[in-house]
Amino acid sequence: MRNIGVQAIIAAVKDAAVKANYELDEDLLAAFTRGEQEEESPAGREIFRQLLENARIASKERIPLCQDCGLVVIFAEVGQEVHIDGGDFEAALQEGVRQGYREGFLRKSLCHPFTRKNTGDNTPAVIHTEIVPGDRLKLMVVAKGGGSENGSKLFMLKPAEGLAGIKDRVVATVAEAGPNVCPPMIVGVGLGGNFERSALLAKKALLRKLSDSHPDPEVAALEQELLTAVNDLGIGPGGLGGRFTALGLKILMQPCHIASLPVAINIQCHSSRHQEVVL
Amino acid sequence: MSKKVRLTAPVTDDLVRSLVIGDQVLVNGIIYTARDAAHKRLMELLDAGQELPVDFKGQILYYVGPSPARPGRVIGAAGPTTSTRMDVYTPTMLKLGLKAMIGKGKRSPEVIAALREYTAVYLGATGGAGALISKCIKAAEVVAFPDLGPEAIHRLEVEDFPTIVINDCHGGDLYDRGRREYARLP
Repeated sequence: MRNIGVQAIIAAVKDAAVKANYELDEDLLAAFTRGEQEEESPAGREIFRQLLENARIASKERIPLCQDCGLVVIFAEVGQEVHIDGGDFEAALQEGVRQGYREGFLRKSLCHPFTRKNTGDNTPAVIHTEIVPGDRLKLMVVAKGGGSENGSKLFMLKPAEGLAGIKDRVVATVAEAGPNVCPPMIVGVGLGGNFERSALLAKKALLRKLSDSHPDPEVAALEQELLTAVNDLGIGPGGLGGRFTALGLKILMQPCHIASLPVAINIQCHSSRHQEVVL
Repeated sequence: MSKKVRLTAPVTDDLVRSLVIGDQVLVNGIIYTARDAAHKRLMELLDAGQELPVDFKGQILYYVGPSPARPGRVIGAAGPTTSTRMDVYTPTMLKLGLKAMIGKGKRSPEVIAALREYTAVYLGATGGAGALISKCIKAAEVVAFPDLGPEAIHRLEVEDFPTIVINDCHGGDLYDRGRREYARLP
């Protein structure tokens, strides 16, 4: 057994939540640079220029990348040989979020569903915990904006609708989301599992590197085909028209029931904010 | 051909009529903020026959919920939120004399019709550029509903805040035009 104290967990989550809101991945910045060079639409190139400038200002002047500092989603992979010491694991994750949003000057965006009263500290974060082999604790801290989450959808298709039905729903969801979700977007697609698993797969798909492709060549080809199809919609950066509607389209897949074909589409704005920490 | 225009409140009907989709508009001077919760409060006050905390006649409204300002700073990140959620309130706001709105995302057919009816304009700012846009904000103060936190109504003083005309008062829609121009049909 390896002991990990809750104080270390709180500090790690706090730092990751703050860093996610001020620094973008190199992977994403490279995609902005490529967009600035390759986008055909002049208005679209200007959006990429602004996004690069925005990232530079955020990092240098310590202004959050976006005023919507997101709802925090934490994917925790807990090694089965880890012993959490000195307190409650989930409470530690929430405390890290609380401290990060307070001390990092981040907007608190969570509220009661119908009274709309703000919870005041951006908790509760949505936590997904998996027990995995090993003696490490891996935390992926995601700050997910509301605008792009609102453009996301889940469909329980009939198996007869097959691949054509999947493609149709993905493209239609992106078309409907359009300029509302801060394109150029990233599209996460969850295929299979069941109702809730498909949504989780779609969210996890958003965490893949923009540059990677699915290990299964058939799925990789589908990712490429769908990315081309959504970019052919012409929505473009900022929704002003252009070639780059999506910077990436990633699929995660698992078997489903013989009666079902769940398809979940989780949309991520261009400000894809997440930080991984391993304890 | 799109043109570059400076816009300052109070905004006249003539100026609104001169704006067409794709025009680059640099917003200057005083603007007000409101998003979901503030709009709801305003409607409740109107329904109760009470006076509004702000006279929106000729004014510019920005859909934003800023992040907290660090000590010594004017404001935190302050990019636009999705305007679509305000659609239900917008015809009423335009009837009150509001002349321009700044946000991001599509407007409903009802809002587009109301822009024509009341001679008003919808401007788009770059979604997700909250740090960049905050640099255009020179002063900020809460003028109504402080209990709403980031959703309170703020009065902002802005300098050359870059926006683009998305919906003009002539029925134009830049999102539609842009998409049609670049779409490749299968």
